[in-house]
Amino acid sequence: MTRDLRKPTIIRPFARPMTRRTLLQGAGALGAAGLILPGTMGAAHAEPRRGGTFRIGLGHGNTTDGYDPGLIDNLYAQVFAAARHNQLIEVAADGQLIPEIAESWESADGKTWVFRIREGVSFHSGKTVTVEDVIASLNHHRGDDATSAVKLFFNPVTEIRADGQNIVVTLDAPNGDFPYLMSDYHLAIMPGTDGRIDPTSTDGCGPYIVESFEPGVQASLNRNPNYWKADRGHFDRVEILAILDSAARLNALMTGQVDLIDQIDPATIGMLEARGVANILSIPGNAHYVFPMDSRAAPFNDNNVRLALKYAIDREDMVEKILGGHGAVSNDNPIGPANRYFHAEMEPKTFDPDRAKYYLRQAGLDSLDVSLHVADAAFSGAVDAGALYAETARQAGININLVREPNDGYWDNVWMQKPFCASYWGGRAVEDHMFTTGYASGAAWNDSFWEHERFNELLLKARSEVNEDLRREMYHEMQQIVSFEGAVVIPMNNNYVMATGLNIATPERISANWNLDGFRCVERWWMA
Amino acid sequence: MGALLRMILQRLALGVLTLFVVSVVIFGATELLPGDLASSLLGQAATPETVAALRRQLGLDLPAPVRYWNWLTGALQGDFGVSLANRRPISDMIAARLGNTIFLALYAAALAVPLALVLGILAALWRNSVFDRVSNAGALTAISFPEFFVAYILVLWLAQSGYFPSMVRISPVSTFADKIYMAFLPALTLTLVVTAHMMRMTRAAIINLMAQPYIEMARLKGLSPLRIVLRHALPNALAPIINVVALNLAYLITGVVVVEVVFVYPGLGQLMVDSVAKRDIAVVQAIALIFASAYVLLNLTADVLATLTNPRLMSKG
Repeated sequence: MTRDLRKPTIIRPFARPMTRRTLLQGAGALGAAGLILPGTMGAAHAEPRRGGTFRIGLGHGNTTDGYDPGLIDNLYAQVFAAARHNQLIEVAADGQLIPEIAESWESADGKTWVFRIREGVSFHSGKTVTVEDVIASLNHHRGDDATSAVKLFFNPVTEIRADGQNIVVTLDAPNGDFPYLMSDYHLAIMPGTDGRIDPTSTDGCGPYIVESFEPGVQASLNRNPNYWKADRGHFDRVEILAILDSAARLNALMTGQVDLIDQIDPATIGMLEARGVANILSIPGNAHYVFPMDSRAAPFNDNNVRLALKYAIDREDMVEKILGGHGAVSNDNPIGPANRYFHAEMEPKTFDPDRAKYYLRQAGLDSLDVSLHVADAAFSGAVDAGALYAETARQAGININLVREPNDGYWDNVWMQKPFCASYWGGRAVEDHMFTTGYASGAAWNDSFWEHERFNELLLKARSEVNEDLRREMYHEMQQIVSFEGAVVIPMNNNYVMATGLNIATPERISANWNLDGFRCVERWWMA
Repeated sequence: MGALLRMILQRLALGVLTLFVVSVVIFGATELLPGDLASSLLGQAATPETVAALRRQLGLDLPAPVRYWNWLTGALQGDFGVSLANRRPISDMIAARLGNTIFLALYAAALAVPLALVLGILAALWRNSVFDRVSNAGALTAISFPEFFVAYILVLWLAQSGYFPSMVRISPVSTFADKIYMAFLPALTLTLVVTAHMMRMTRAAIINLMAQPYIEMARLKGLSPLRIVLRHALPNALAPIINVVALNLAYLITGVVVVEVVFVYPGLGQLMVDSVAKRDIAVVQAIALIFASAYVLLNLTADVLATLTNPRLMSKG
């Protein structure tokens, strides 16, 4: 390993690559398209080639991380899982579903889904992937004893059974988007014994085999020689390191000790560019930062107050200052530009103190005092974002009292406990998934405790609607309702910002559904 | 010698009692923290059902005294159990990291202690000289900067220019020479942080003795100043120096989490912080006991060594 560490650093102070700032800022407008920035120009898109060690330094990873796919909760665990495992279905870089362990899938009525399981795929242990393994893997997330974070996906599932090389999943109501749920990163296919998987095992059917794993420190994996995808998994070896300190992460990349880092502080992006030792990738996706209000509690139970708060925030300024321009303004819309039915034509909400005052008067108020609870655990820069919000809201006669909460225990004691706080969403590939998780009546993470009759009615209808146009119309109406009657202020969509060494090449299009190419950088990228 | 043995045994017994109290306090304190492992593990993904299911699986639904008792009986049999969070044996998780932490502590001590003693003795010898002032000011400056600042400066000077790695990647297969090379920057950071304390104590203790009549006697005999300091002053100044060295060693074992984070060093501090954040009580307890043991043992060693250097204490019992 010292060999890697002592590798001469490539610092070329005079060979400055073209400045990409302008290009980056245009990225938001491109919408769904993932964007790769041509730092090394031609080389980046050359044919993939096999070989090399891919060293990834991530600002996540705890000593408490384990192997259980149901408990994956941070980027480290997500990338580590993407290296070991396959799911039934993959989300391609353009957002379309493509077959993975499920060779094909179909449903006549949206209620009974048949997935045909690919033959000839083997686990790292050599065992062949069977229908029983797949069922055991899904059942790990289902049932009363399940501790999985995606247990709720399986609430509508009444039965999962084998039928030859197929598995048949029966739902209690039609859901045209069910296959999308099956692409979730928690649903790793693992070998089953007596109908159960061993969640402490590393065995999977993914591109890399675990050599060693020290939680919170590093994981080393070697290429799976029997990987069934011929055109994926190009590296001989992958090393994933937890580097929690952002300066340490940046140093590791600049001194050539790692090839990819995530979570770059916006303030340092310009300096990193100037050094010319890295390619910066800024991928606009569905991820967004939010300020949910408790819609049951006064004053937030009055939609006029909520609208006043929505017009009292300067979204442009926040994208510039909090995201360093690496993001886009959101119109209080949890559905992002990478979604199929994104409603781009809604009336935009600009910072308008007069309009905010107007809505306050409608609510019968001259001024408003609210407390906003923030911590950087909600999202990086949340405290600063709160301060900016308080500043602009004051001009509209709204006095936001900023309460700084500790990061530790934030999700227990603040989120969904305090009436007005900060939070984030990774975004979802499917509209139904996003709405069902965060906005449906009684959903576990409906963090604004919001109930809207028409919205809930549309949600059920749209789920089983087969006509594309009607479906689009319904989802547009729902976005309109959430934006203008919902109880969540959504000022911005944050880009996924990452940086690679000049030795790493990526496909032309990088997936926007999750960070790091949908966590699949390990199997999609290669050494330039 | 019997007295010394008795003292050691007495101190060890007290040490065990201390450890017990520490474990109760730590357990109580972690109980007071809001939230528990189940909800921390699930994070934003926690729903009441999944939290309840996980709590049942982990045995967190049992009352606190029962959990403490289960843990204590296990620990007494040398079984720290498995981490509640990732179900790995705690002894495995800690063993490698304890080794790393001790390696870094000894490395830093091997640099800092001789440096501090030499500087301290020379400063005492050339009291109020330019050397005295410069070394004092330098050491105080180093200790006054926050650790992470010292660390970043070293990274800027020594890592970005390619001399040393900014990140420590120690694995079981690393050779000793590799480890020395890779861990140089964190060790140097810690050296800068702890040297001042030991150096000033050495200087003060020796200067204090230099006013004694027996030193004056030695001087009148015509001995060289270096010989006076080394042969006559230093042996009598050893007790306070040993104490301050022991305290600094304990600090190097228990208090270096910031340096661990900056250099991505896989030591115990980071494990402790993660485990507290996740409420993984079993791991927190085990590490707290290791830290407490480090203090108890180092203080005991310091006392024993200080007694050995003092013939009056030795002959009394």
